[in-house]
Amino acid sequence: MPPENAIERSELREEYTQFVGRKLLVMLASLLGIVLLMGIATTLGSADISPAEAYSAILARFLPGQFQTTEFIDTIVWQLRLHRVLMAIFAGMGLAVAGTAMQGILRNPLASPFTLGIASAATFGASLAIILGAGFVGGQYLIVGNAFVFTMLASMIVYGLAKYRGITPETMILAGIAIMYLFSAMTSFLQYVGEAEEVHEVVFWMMGSLGRSSWDKVGIIALVTCVCTLILMKLSWDINALGAGDETAKSLGVNVEVVRVICMVLASLITASIICFTGTIGFIGLVAPHITRMIVGGDHRFLIPASGLVGAILLLGADTVARTIIAPVILPVGIMTAFLGVPFFVYLFMKRRKGYW
Amino acid sequence: MVKITIEDLSFSYGSNKILDGLDIVVGDSEILSLVGPNGSGKTTLIKCIDRILKPEGRILLDGGRDIRSMSSKEVARYIGYVPQSSSGFLSTTVFDTILMGRKPHMGWRVGDEDIDHVVKIMKLLHVEEFALRDFNELSGGQKQRVLIARALCQEPEVLLLDEPTSNLDVKHQLEVMDIVTSLVKSTGISAVMAIHDLNLAARYSDTLVMLKDGKVYARGDPKTLLTEENIRTIFGVEAVVINSLDRPYVVPVRPLNGDGHDI
Repeated sequence: MPPENAIERSELREEYTQFVGRKLLVMLASLLGIVLLMGIATTLGSADISPAEAYSAILARFLPGQFQTTEFIDTIVWQLRLHRVLMAIFAGMGLAVAGTAMQGILRNPLASPFTLGIASAATFGASLAIILGAGFVGGQYLIVGNAFVFTMLASMIVYGLAKYRGITPETMILAGIAIMYLFSAMTSFLQYVGEAEEVHEVVFWMMGSLGRSSWDKVGIIALVTCVCTLILMKLSWDINALGAGDETAKSLGVNVEVVRVICMVLASLITASIICFTGTIGFIGLVAPHITRMIVGGDHRFLIPASGLVGAILLLGADTVARTIIAPVILPVGIMTAFLGVPFFVYLFMKRRKGYW
Repeated sequence: MVKITIEDLSFSYGSNKILDGLDIVVGDSEILSLVGPNGSGKTTLIKCIDRILKPEGRILLDGGRDIRSMSSKEVARYIGYVPQSSSGFLSTTVFDTILMGRKPHMGWRVGDEDIDHVVKIMKLLHVEEFALRDFNELSGGQKQRVLIARALCQEPEVLLLDEPTSNLDVKHQLEVMDIVTSLVKSTGISAVMAIHDLNLAARYSDTLVMLKDGKVYARGDPKTLLTEENIRTIFGVEAVVINSLDRPYVVPVRPLNGDGHDI
């Protein structure tokens, strides 16, 4: 018989393995939820197709011998609906991952990708294009190019200002707030001088929509989101250490300033590449990390991917409801994300123990 | 073997000099306590030794290696830091908090040996019964034990402790100090502590370093250093020192003004 200590050690080890296993199970369940929701979302629209037909049309492209579909259903799924569904998945995933990273490195529950003034900068860039027709890239990418460039510009200004005083959560948040108000004021000025129709277009852009999706946009968003998410996951131990305080992180061998800047750049890049195509969808990046943290805890090794999956479910669910609730009118998805996410968030918030933050 | 050699170490916040030309040596299996009034530079010195702050002068570790030539991971493998308190921002379990101490030794993936190490340290510090509880839900004494466990998971040669007993009641103060002493004696590591309580310092330290205005005022064993005159000079306090059970006990009587007279 093994000594008493050995038994207790193995029990403790087993307990921890099960604890980690439960987190992986949550992620697996979320992934299945996305696949299920994807099928349902693809069936919804003016042309009536069943979930089985939708899945067959998707799988027929990969396994043509095993699954059959008609040309009509193939067109509906692949050319009209699936890219929008995938855009919702990757955009939701990206915004949630960016929010998780920002909350982690800034140690602030109110942080989101927009804390650094990103949304205001993107809106100003879009407004500049819509109202004055001015921008960095011409043609059909005028608004997109402006939103992206100004988003990254805002991040660089925040970095520059914070660097001057030392890269801490406080300096980054204060610099972000200053940038946010500056770009908001400039947007208000543009709206003041703009025509009613132009202002209407700006307001619609600000509400966020997945209606402008296409396969090439999905490709860009998916690529940026996946690459940045993988890098952030690689940094998850560093983000965990930052959560315990800068001094503790330094004592554990973390280069605090470098990690904070890398995470900020990655979060900004993800957000910029999404909102330049969709407009500002703000709620996901703030709340998806909170919801996920209440389920899987604060370990970023699991929190980052799980939060991405929850963000994908939230945005896909919100877009599906937005497309169908008063069809044929499609509501802006930015409105629906808050309507759906807030009740769920409040429920979890009330059910969870005190002292969560 | 010498664990840490500090040579001519100075540190300033802008024009405000906090540490001024310190020379200190920490030996093998030694508990060295830094004592002195608020603002004398105890905590700053601890942070300089762990390279949280960047001082002037030299700090030699690991048989004479200059700390500036070592990577942050190498320093983290040599020195474990126990902060005064931990602002647990996120909800993390005790197990994960301690596992974080393996960071200087592991990559992204947690290996079996890392888990085994955590489990071993948890048992050593008797924190295994709340392994999966949230760190933020623990009492002050339990938190302190977990923070020491995290530092021990780094497999350090030196443990730095910043006011390890300041937030604890008497029982937990003794408990934490007993743990530190037994670790030092059983594993051969050394400990450097910033500490306010002179009686705890006297009871548990091999060596005291008295700091005053950022300089070393005196260094020696507690029995020699804890005199009424030294306490008056360093702390500006009239005190009675009673020697009992082969240890000095400091009983503070009244604060004195700058001239050494009653306020």
